[in-house]
Amino acid sequence: MNVAAAKVDRPPALPRGWPRQRVLGYGLVCLWIVFLAGIAAYLVVAWNGELFAKYAPSYVTGLGVTLLLVAISIVLGAILSVPIAYARMSKNRILSGLAYAYVYFFRGTPLLAQTFLVYYGVGSFRPQLEMVGLWGFFREAFNCAIFAFSLNTAAYQAEILRGAIQSVPRGQWEGAASLGLHKLQTMWKIILPQALIVALRPYGNEIILMIKGSAIVAIITVYDLMGITRLTYSRTFDFQSYVWAAIIYLIIVEILRHAVEWIERRITIHLQR
Amino acid sequence: MQSVWTLLSWGPEGWLDDIAYGVFITVSLAAATLPVGLVIGFLVALAKQSGEPSLRLAGNIYTTIFRGLPELLTLFIIFYGAQVGIQQIIHLYDPTASVEVNAFVSGMIALGVVFSSYASEVFLSAFRAIPKGQYEGGYSVGLSGWQTMRLVVLPQLIRIALPGLANLWLILLKDTALVSAIGLTDILRQAGVAARVTKHAFLFFGVAALIYLLLAIISSFGINAIERAVGRQQVQR
Repeated sequence: MNVAAAKVDRPPALPRGWPRQRVLGYGLVCLWIVFLAGIAAYLVVAWNGELFAKYAPSYVTGLGVTLLLVAISIVLGAILSVPIAYARMSKNRILSGLAYAYVYFFRGTPLLAQTFLVYYGVGSFRPQLEMVGLWGFFREAFNCAIFAFSLNTAAYQAEILRGAIQSVPRGQWEGAASLGLHKLQTMWKIILPQALIVALRPYGNEIILMIKGSAIVAIITVYDLMGITRLTYSRTFDFQSYVWAAIIYLIIVEILRHAVEWIERRITIHLQR
Repeated sequence: MQSVWTLLSWGPEGWLDDIAYGVFITVSLAAATLPVGLVIGFLVALAKQSGEPSLRLAGNIYTTIFRGLPELLTLFIIFYGAQVGIQQIIHLYDPTASVEVNAFVSGMIALGVVFSSYASEVFLSAFRAIPKGQYEGGYSVGLSGWQTMRLVVLPQLIRIALPGLANLWLILLKDTALVSAIGLTDILRQAGVAARVTKHAFLFFGVAALIYLLLAIISSFGINAIERAVGRQQVQR
C-alpha cells in the first residue's frame, strides 16, 4: 500500500476554527467562570472565623428543620393523596367534583397564601379549636406550616398518582380480571408497579419543589435554613449569609435530582433496548 | 363589630379598594415579567440546543443555578445583593448616600430569571420535537439560518411549547405572592395589612386566595382561546 492510498482512507480532520457561536460560547463560559470565581473570592475575603463558629451550628439546625418539615409534609401528603386520587377517579359525580375542587384550590393558589391562611387565619377559630383541644397544636408556627404544606402537596401528589395510574393501559386491568385477580390485588401487583415508573420523576420534582417552597416558612417565623439565614443577615448585615444558604440549597437539590435520575435508570433497566 | 360586607366594601370603611390595588400590582408584575422571561428563556434554549459544547455548558449552568435555588432566596439575593452592591459603588463617590432598590424591579428580575430557566427547558423539548428535515427543507429552498428559524421553526415551536408555557404562566402568577416579603404591596401584602388592622385574618387571606384562584381561572380561559387560535392555523396532515 502506497502513501497516497493511506491519505485517501482518512481525510485530514477539518480545522475547527472560531465560528461566531464558539466565540460566544467561550465568552459566556468565561463569564460564568469569572462570576463563580468572584463568589468564591468574595467568600474567602469575607471569611470571618468568629462569625462562622457562631452561626454554622445554627445553619446545620436550620437545614435539619427544613428537611424534617419537607419529610413530614411529603409523607402526610402521600397518605392523604390516596383517598383524593381515588375520589378524583371515582364515577360518583359529587365525589370526583369535590376532589377536583380540592385539587384546583390548592394548585391554583400560592403556597404562601395557604400558609398565611392557616397561620394567621387559625386565630379566628380559637374558641372552636380550644374546645376540641387543638389550639396548642396550631399555636406553633412549625405545625401550621406542616398542616398547610401537607394539604398542598397532597393535591399535587393526588394528581401525580392519578396521572400515573391512568397511564397504565386498560388491557392490564382486563388481563388481570380474566386471570381472576380481584381489584385490590390487580392494583397492588399489576397497576402500581407500572404506574410508579411513570410517577417517579414527578414525585422527585415534587420533593424538590417542596424543599424550595419550604423556604417561605421563614416568613412565619419558623427557623428553617432560610429563617436562620434571614436571622443571621439581620444581626450581622453580612451578605455572605445568603450566599452560604444558596450553596446549601443548590447542593441538596442537585443531590436529589441526580438520585432520582439514578433510581429511574435502575428501575427502567428492563425497558431499555 | 363590623359586618363582613362593610369590611369588603369600596372606600375608607372597607378594604376592597386596597385589595384591588394589590391585584393591579400583582397582575402588572406578572405581565411585566412574562416577556423578559420568555425572551431570556428562548435565548437560553437556543444555547442549549446548539452544536457548540461551550454554549450548551453556559446554558446548562444557568438552568442548574436558577432552578435549584428557592424563588424566595433568589428574590432576597437580588434585592439585598443589589442594595449592597450599588451602595458599595456609590460610596466610592459619596460616602453619605444611601440607596433604596426598587422592589418591583427586583421582583421582576428574580421572577424573570426563575421563569426563564424553566421556560428554557420547555423551549428545549419543543426544539427536540421538531424534525431535522424542517431545517434541511429551509436550507434547500434557499432560506438563511435566521429566516429558517423565523419562518419555519418558530411557528411550529410555539404550538408545541404553548401548553408548557401556559403552565409556567400559572406558576409565575402564584410566585408573585413572594414579593410581598420584600415590601411590595401586592394582593397578599394588602390582605395582611387588612388582617392586622381588622383582626379578621381568615376572611382576608381567604379572599386573597380566592382572588388568586380567580386570576388562574381567567388565565386558563385566555390560554384556551390562544390554543384554539393557534390550533386553527395547524396544517392538516
